[in-house]
Amino acid sequence: MNGTSDRPFLRSFMMPALICAAALVAALAAILNYSLRAHIPGSLEAGGLTLSNFTALTNPLYARVFLDTLWICLLTALFTLLLGYPLAYALVRTQNRLLKSAILIIAITPLFLGEVVRTYSWIIVLGNNGFINALLLKLGLIARPLQMMFTTGGVVTALVHVTLPIMVIMLAAALAHIDRNYERAAASLGAGPIRVFFTVTLPLSAPGIVAGTTTAFAWTFSAFATPQLIGGGQVNMISNLVYQLGFASFNFPFAAALSAAGLVFTFAVLWLLRLAARPLEKLGTH
Amino acid sequence: MRIILTPRLLDWVGRFVVVAILGFILCPAVVVTIAAFNAKAILAFPPESLSLRWFTKALAYEDFRTGFRNGLIVTFWASLIALGVGAGFAFVIDRYQFTGKNTLEAVLLSPLVIPHFTIGLGLLILSAQLGAGRGYVIIVLTHVILVLPFVLRSVYVSLRNLDRRLELAAASLGASPGRVMLTVTLPLMLPGLVSGWLFAAILSFNEFTASLFVTVQRTQTLPVAMYNYVREFADPSMAALSVMYIAATALLLVVANMFLGLGKVLNVENAR
Repeated sequence: MNGTSDRPFLRSFMMPALICAAALVAALAAILNYSLRAHIPGSLEAGGLTLSNFTALTNPLYARVFLDTLWICLLTALFTLLLGYPLAYALVRTQNRLLKSAILIIAITPLFLGEVVRTYSWIIVLGNNGFINALLLKLGLIARPLQMMFTTGGVVTALVHVTLPIMVIMLAAALAHIDRNYERAAASLGAGPIRVFFTVTLPLSAPGIVAGTTTAFAWTFSAFATPQLIGGGQVNMISNLVYQLGFASFNFPFAAALSAAGLVFTFAVLWLLRLAARPLEKLGTH
Repeated sequence: MRIILTPRLLDWVGRFVVVAILGFILCPAVVVTIAAFNAKAILAFPPESLSLRWFTKALAYEDFRTGFRNGLIVTFWASLIALGVGAGFAFVIDRYQFTGKNTLEAVLLSPLVIPHFTIGLGLLILSAQLGAGRGYVIIVLTHVILVLPFVLRSVYVSLRNLDRRLELAAASLGASPGRVMLTVTLPLMLPGLVSGWLFAAILSFNEFTASLFVTVQRTQTLPVAMYNYVREFADPSMAALSVMYIAATALLLVVANMFLGLGKVLNVENAR
């Protein structure tokens, strides 16, 4: 043919993607490189090769932040699943077009608002002079403002709000692809709606549950503004520590080591979650 | 009696639960709106008097204005580049087999699970090592990498639903590959391209964590400017800006839903 191979556009369409992938890999390699370098106080340049950044990570102070991060991520993923499922179910199953659009828009708008606007809004809701406390005080249910800022509960509440849209999207995609005939068959054999849900619908949506929960976990791990502003130094996640090390102490090698360790940690936990979910996921193949 | 009541009761419990969850999602948006119209600088619920002064203050605040402008510059370039790169690569993975395909796809999708602060820190160190400085190039590159997975997914879905026979028909009638691409494939991909670009643009404009690492005072985008404001000041200007933000985003999504059908784009429509 006219000089082109039987695969037109392959090279020219792939090249830009290859460049982006190379930049990302180079950035991760730069982190690895810096994590193995000595910190020169007062300089942004890194020194000679060393393992001291990683040995410093064994300090119980940092182990504590890792455990706190894990705990916050697990709590957030769990509550996101519990809130996301009914919403995804309603979104997929409602017959009313207008209602469907409304649920979809309300459910996914927070996804596009960015972490800062959402976190700020939650500060106004949860603060000591905030909405919830003002409401409860006015109703006479409490005598003093409840402390919700700077607590794990407050951070998790705002984080669930952040991860809920993606959970709903993933669960709804799984629910939408379930063949309703399985449910009809179960119902015609005499199973009540609750039994149909727990023995047919829920197992068939397992792939969505696994995908949604792991994504919620990974996103929570990535959160920065929420634990920073609502945690206010009382609740610290790895992201906060990395930023503090980089921009308050200018210790980029140690920040890089912490990031690298955090990345390994996330992938290990995600891998474990996947492993634990494998029998679950099998339920969904039909 | 019980048998008749149970499904109806279940229905109402379900409705109540769904409304409660929607309430949880809407709660911060509603509260921030009330706070934005509060005339006093100190939060009070309900507000004693209403005013628009925080809106005028937010619109006049210099850091918000430069942040908005910088954000538009970064979003314009990042979303356009991500669209080009993502659409090309989505086409390639849809059509061809080649060595390293799965690896390349996995690398480009990995920003979905790699924390943004890690990507931001990595690109910051990389640009320092290359002596590239912290101008717009590094910010745009960061945003392209972060939004690319969303463009890929969106375009890929529209390619999968494309009827290949139309391309074959055009080719059999003598159209060159370039002509088939321009007159058949691209127009059919349009909904995927538009929604992919829209997702990329909205996500880029809102990106915060990685931007915090790669921007400086001069180049800070709007979310970074807002973050710095929240840390320094407590007045409701930020609430007013949030309200404008929420309204603009919701409006954009309603319009997108009307023209694109978000349910289809997000793959959540019923199978049967």
